[in-house]
Amino acid sequence: MAEPKKKPQPGAVAKRPATGEVSAPADGGYTSVIPPASGLRSALAPVGGFGVTLSNMFRKTVTEQYPSERVPTKPRYHGRHQLNRYPDGLEKCIGCELCAWACPADAIYVEGADNTPDEQHSPGERYGRVYQINYLRCIFCGLCIEACPTRALTMTNEYELAGPTRAGLIYEKQDLLAPLREGMLAAPHPMVEGTTDTEYYRGEVTGATDAQRDWVREHRPDDPTLPEGAGLEAANVLGPAAAVMAETVAAANRQGMR
Amino acid sequence: MTITSDRSTAGAPADRSTSTPLVPAAPVPAPAEPTATVTFSIDGIETTVPKGTLVIRAAEELGIQIPRFCDHPLLAPAGACRQCLVEVWAPGRDGSLAKMPKPQASCTLEAGPGMQVKTQHSSPEADKAQHGVMEMLLINHPLDCPVCDKGGECPLQNQAMSNGRATSRFVDVKRTFPKPISISTQILLDRERCILCQRCTRFSEEIAGDVFIDLQKRGAQQQIGTFDTQVLGFAGETPAGAAAEDLSGRPFASYFSGNVVQICPVGALTSAAYRFRARPFDLVSTASISEHDSNGSAIRIDHRRGVVLRRLAGEDPTVNEEWISDKDRFAFRWQSAPDRIETPLVRHRNEDGTRGELVPASWVEAFGAAAAGLRAAIDAGTGVGVLPGGRLTLEDAYAYGKLARVALRTNDVDGRARPHSDEEAAFLGHRVAGRTLEVTFADLDRAPLVLLVGLEPEEEGGVLFLRLRKAATQHRTRVVAVAPFASRGLARVAGTLLAAAPGTEAEVLDGIVADASDEALAAAGAALGEPGAVILVGERLAGVPGALSAVLRLAERSGARLAWVPRRAGERGGLEAGLLPSLLPGGRPVADAAARVDLAAVWGVDHLPDAPGRSTAAIVAGARDGSLGALVVGGVDPGDLPDPALARDALEKVGFVVSLEVRESDVTRRADVVLPVAPPVEKPGTFVTWEGRPRPFGQALVSHALPDHRVLDGLAAAMGVDLGLHSLADVHAELDQLGGWDGERVAAPDVAGDEPPQVPPGHAVLATWHLQLDAGRLQDGEPFLAGTAKRPVARVSAATAAQAGVADGAPLAVSTDAGTITLPALVTDMPDLVVWLPTNSPGSAVRDTLHADGGALVRIAAGTADPAQDEEV
Repeated sequence: MAEPKKKPQPGAVAKRPATGEVSAPADGGYTSVIPPASGLRSALAPVGGFGVTLSNMFRKTVTEQYPSERVPTKPRYHGRHQLNRYPDGLEKCIGCELCAWACPADAIYVEGADNTPDEQHSPGERYGRVYQINYLRCIFCGLCIEACPTRALTMTNEYELAGPTRAGLIYEKQDLLAPLREGMLAAPHPMVEGTTDTEYYRGEVTGATDAQRDWVREHRPDDPTLPEGAGLEAANVLGPAAAVMAETVAAANRQGMR
Repeated sequence: MTITSDRSTAGAPADRSTSTPLVPAAPVPAPAEPTATVTFSIDGIETTVPKGTLVIRAAEELGIQIPRFCDHPLLAPAGACRQCLVEVWAPGRDGSLAKMPKPQASCTLEAGPGMQVKTQHSSPEADKAQHGVMEMLLINHPLDCPVCDKGGECPLQNQAMSNGRATSRFVDVKRTFPKPISISTQILLDRERCILCQRCTRFSEEIAGDVFIDLQKRGAQQQIGTFDTQVLGFAGETPAGAAAEDLSGRPFASYFSGNVVQICPVGALTSAAYRFRARPFDLVSTASISEHDSNGSAIRIDHRRGVVLRRLAGEDPTVNEEWISDKDRFAFRWQSAPDRIETPLVRHRNEDGTRGELVPASWVEAFGAAAAGLRAAIDAGTGVGVLPGGRLTLEDAYAYGKLARVALRTNDVDGRARPHSDEEAAFLGHRVAGRTLEVTFADLDRAPLVLLVGLEPEEEGGVLFLRLRKAATQHRTRVVAVAPFASRGLARVAGTLLAAAPGTEAEVLDGIVADASDEALAAAGAALGEPGAVILVGERLAGVPGALSAVLRLAERSGARLAWVPRRAGERGGLEAGLLPSLLPGGRPVADAAARVDLAAVWGVDHLPDAPGRSTAAIVAGARDGSLGALVVGGVDPGDLPDPALARDALEKVGFVVSLEVRESDVTRRADVVLPVAPPVEKPGTFVTWEGRPRPFGQALVSHALPDHRVLDGLAAAMGVDLGLHSLADVHAELDQLGGWDGERVAAPDVAGDEPPQVPPGHAVLATWHLQLDAGRLQDGEPFLAGTAKRPVARVSAATAAQAGVADGAPLAVSTDAGTITLPALVTDMPDLVVWLPTNSPGSAVRDTLHADGGALVRIAAGTADPAQDEEV
């Protein structure tokens, strides 16, 4: 135990008066580890705080001019979800509901169904017939992504989520599905001939085959994803909820830029 | 006190507890007599259990969890999966403890005195053994949990987490099978997932007795499979005849196959109806009671967002143990069928008096219209007939009875929507109503003999068959049936047939005496005299004049106990609630002035109508000829009535019809006011089983639909009568207040049997009963279940078939003046000049087409093949 000090050392914090209400230690107190200022510095100390202000006046500003200027997010930013596809266009989601199970906010609702030879949406026996994410509930924690056994559900970096109605913030499957890319054929169509779901999981399927294209040609001659079709532009139409949200966000952005 | 209440147990008023409740709850079964016990220890905890207890069961009692797959309390021990291995130290001959050299399967090991068992909790050896077994089981398991219906409620999944290795060491290619195999249209088998625990095969052998799957092959290729003659080398040994009955084309079909889905500890057996529909975590479960038969099987209803997705067997050792029939399990979509009636409907008459269109109306408007119509009929002096049907809960049935007697001032109320007779009404009033729990399921186990009369337990009883089979196989109960032929169900309970052509049942019953010349009759007569013997009577015996009188005589003569087993869930409750023209609630006879006074006091009216009412047939006839002015009809399908055409005609001609229905029906299409009511899943209530056991159930789904008693209460209020049955609590309070009846019963019937008819050439006597799975409205919307129904056939004896010029399997035309039913003939060992048809199967609507019923004379001839029907099959 140190000797009681006669006069306060520079830098030492004055002892709190023991008023009795709070049982502070009788002595000892707190001693600052910052070395005490001396000389000029000590004299300027009362206005030292302005130094921060002054020095920042000449720094580059960090204010983002959103929405006029967009700064990309970090690559692993937790944004809106996406339901991915295999390279041949089949959906990866098998409707297993593990995402819904993992969701701490109960934001996801899934119903599975049977793949049939006429309606093959995903490789294997099962696909997600109903897939809804309620963005009023979602807390973007990403547990659903961790739970997904087929990497069907991932998160994009899109963060502009707003809408005029509650119902409009419930995204359905067609709002969440990833856009079709080059070489993909819109589902449903049969799996690549001679493969099982295992080959899909292993990444051995690299694109739609002629047999699949023939099947689609036979069943949906007007499909835009066929080589002779209207093209990916026409195929990748936003779902109703996503379309409304896109409009809303665009309008808000326009207003913000004024 | 009745069904409800804790009131009876806690703080019941003294005066109330002295009276007999209307439908008393079953007493809690007394704990089994203490037998020889064994003291041993598990994980160092000493425990004393009855001798013969399995170690795994004793561990359960102590709360010690041992992983297991093949073990099931209701199946014989198998030791198939080896997951429950434990370390065992047992005293040797010299009394010193010695460790058994290998870990033992605790599900097959009986506890021995002084034994020391160490589970995985205290023995590293047991733990290692269990990890090893789990690793082996998972070697060929596909681990496709995300797509598997069992995922989330899977014992393999759970126990692999609790008692398995965290990671797999298996790097090779797994054994695969094409998936899934359809065992029937309903049951799917995924052999990759199977761990060969044999629960399913043991269930079908031990419990249901219809082996439709079994182990095949050996070693790594061992698998559960269907009976494929190619695989098993069974060619030429498929069972004769029965093999042709299955709609799915397999040699066997089962009414109990859904149970294997529930007891499968992995996802190897799944049902087509529930495939990929939901996950256990998003289902809400509600305990309930099945509405399909009079057994009152406990079920669990799993629903999500107001939609029932599946039903599972509930556990009730006194009733259904852990099994239910496929109808109980899979037939639930009728309750949410698209033709559900959502709002009250009112039909306005056109100017010329013909019926106009039904238009939606408010409850107030509909009640007003219904009350006005009924009141007009009463004021005109023609009166109102009430046909409540046989599917009501006790509470709803009670409301119908009270409405008829208090508001409509009539005894013209009859819940029997099926062939019936005055003899039956007397039989029910004399021997059945008010005598609950005289014969129970447990009595079947103790009975030396069960005599079945007019009852096919597998087709008309559901779980009753399983209990009967358990009694026969485990308790040496002998089963004797009075029937035209020995069904496969009778063979599976090792039953004896007392062959009786339709209409001769009374004669056969009178012949059952201990000193009969016929050996089978004498044996049955002698065994019926033994204490505990039981006679089970089916509802269709009402169609045989004199038979129910003969049953009463037989019971009197032999001292055997008697129970009446109706098909529908609400028949017994209706009887207790007084839905017979001659009967008031609790078995009070209408003819008894004291009973009427008793009831009038409770109901707060001056007097009750004393004129005996009309039966269903008489009500229908009265409605047709104008002597009845109006009808109040509950859940009645005119096709079930003795003469459907007559009934439809009566509904057309009667002045006013009020229909209380769940779905659009032949009645609602002719009704003036339709009041929608709730199906069982959307209301609470109580079914009364054939034993007389109250089976209360709660409401599973949130619903705006009203139960019948509430609708009837509102209807009566619109007529200016307060029934006081607004809520379930009101009904229960009144039932409790009412109590049972210990006065005079309805007099016993004594009707002489008809002489068997002379059968002219080309004719035969019709025998018929319902198959469990048929064209009933409660099975609508279930294509997978319908696929497991038995293929309808017409059964005839070889001589009769030859006489009609029909070969086995060729179409046989059965006709009356009203119509013809053509079905493939199946030559069966049965009395000559008898033809059997399923009552209400696809292509065989006997009452609708033939306007005839069991015992009627029909023409038989070779039929022409119906191409449309062949396609359908």
